[in-house]
Amino acid sequence: MYIKSLTELSADLHSKKISSTELTQYYLDRIQEHDKHLNSFITITPEKALDSAKKADDAIHKNQHGPLTGIPIAQKDIFCTKGTKTSCASKMLDNFIAPYDAKVVQQCNNAGMVMLGKTNMDEFAMGASNETSYYGSVKNPWDLTCVPGGSSGGSAAAVAARITPCATGTDTGGSIRQPAAMCGITGIKPTYGRISRYGMIAFASSLDSGGPMAGSAEDCALLMNAMAGFDEKDSTSVNVPVPDYTKNLNQDLKGLKIGLPKEYFSEGLDKNIQTLLQDAIDFYQKSGATIHDISLPNSTLSIPVYYIVAPAECSSNLSRFDGVRYGYRCENPKNLQDLYERTRAEGFGAEVKRRILTGTYVLSAGYYDAYYLKAQRTRHLIQADFIKAFETVDIILGPTAPSTAFKLGAKTNDPVSMYLADIYTCAINLAGLPAISLPVGFVSGLPVGMQLIGNYFSEDKLLNTAHKFQQQTDWHLKMPEGFK
Amino acid sequence: MAVTPEEIYRTAYLARLKIEEDKIPEYAQNLNNLLKLAASMNDVDTHNIDPMSHPLEGQVQRFRLDNVSESNQRELFLENAPLTEGGLFLVPAVIE
Repeated sequence: MYIKSLTELSADLHSKKISSTELTQYYLDRIQEHDKHLNSFITITPEKALDSAKKADDAIHKNQHGPLTGIPIAQKDIFCTKGTKTSCASKMLDNFIAPYDAKVVQQCNNAGMVMLGKTNMDEFAMGASNETSYYGSVKNPWDLTCVPGGSSGGSAAAVAARITPCATGTDTGGSIRQPAAMCGITGIKPTYGRISRYGMIAFASSLDSGGPMAGSAEDCALLMNAMAGFDEKDSTSVNVPVPDYTKNLNQDLKGLKIGLPKEYFSEGLDKNIQTLLQDAIDFYQKSGATIHDISLPNSTLSIPVYYIVAPAECSSNLSRFDGVRYGYRCENPKNLQDLYERTRAEGFGAEVKRRILTGTYVLSAGYYDAYYLKAQRTRHLIQADFIKAFETVDIILGPTAPSTAFKLGAKTNDPVSMYLADIYTCAINLAGLPAISLPVGFVSGLPVGMQLIGNYFSEDKLLNTAHKFQQQTDWHLKMPEGFK
Repeated sequence: MAVTPEEIYRTAYLARLKIEEDKIPEYAQNLNNLLKLAASMNDVDTHNIDPMSHPLEGQVQRFRLDNVSESNQRELFLENAPLTEGGLFLVPAVIE
């Protein structure tokens, strides 16, 4: 059961081979059995889940169902869920019950999906290893001594262990793709503005994108159908028609032009990862695609630019946490200043505080031009590289992450080395492009991800290109021992 | 140009973040590491390049008509507040 795709689960549900109540209980039991080893959930919502499952069963009974009706999903704890704790993995929001649903949550609910609970993550999505969570680290199901990646590490680990068939994630600098790669699942970060940010707790507003994480590109396509679309409540949401992402999955790849950026295949890349990527490149070549060497000359600037822009926006967004209207508040404040300063010092974890300080510094008088403005100008150069590349190729192929999952604690003492985990992913957020990560094999028992980057609003092409690979390979069907 | 402890103090004040005295060198070192990384941006000429304000070319911030779109949910929103009185958020006295 747990290895079935969403399409297969959908068929079983709608042919009444299994009820949503049974399926939901099955996954709740798997969470109960396995999550003590993973810590991938912050909150489990069994009563609400079984209630939604019953509604889904009624809809199926009355033939009023869509393709996702009755299918369980886990929501990253960054999405507001009405009446359910929404913590963003921070002490600051440990007591916060969201008074409304995020747009993505509404869309999943409207599609008849069943929320199993809220997944663990890096605090306020700031991290690449899920070790900054107030609720403790998440473990990688492929090796419990390794990180799952981050920030959507709980969603990635839960899907990889198949204790949920799918989940949501958010991606500001790689937070869907990098954990998807490290846990051996498929995750897509759509074009900026394609999925509403309404009710998604803001980290860096010009970079944040929500998206699906699941077992395959086909599953992600089904989920994209439910999640993508214009939302007037998100002022950066883009009003561009949404295609049926499942329609083009089987398009022939003949004539597809794939670009390999030389900067992504330099000495820095692990040789074993390079070999697995080469296998995938060979597959595409055999499928009729043509391979082209390209260059993204400004890509080395993406980490510096990202780690100026993202903290700057974070320092502004997180100024709302003041201990007055919601969330944590310090004991016995002496005055208003003390209330703000101690609430924020006690409510935020170390990495969040580092980023707020960095962001405040680069935005402060005397430094704004040298850092923030300079970074926003340089960002145009990074984007221009991609625009130029897409004049000659359809898809850009490369690694998702520079290494497989690393050991818990290996990088926690050196924040800047942790930042380098985003080296192949954060440029895509700076440019606002879509990209997908999918598994292409294993190195020493740990999964390796490949990243496909597309032009604006080419999610259908990315899903098609990933799906064709997954039809001929079984990397995405591998299951970690101990979770079978 | 290294960040000084005084600058860390000032920045923490601007960010309304109380920081422990003994943590200041760590914050300073971390910020210095990051600014060292950022210095590579100075290798590129961005003189005639506009700062990016939106990832999608030509997208501008949308405005909406100034119509009431939400109902008043005062009680619901106050449920999450740490301290309230008479339907208001409570903070320490600002004016004596």
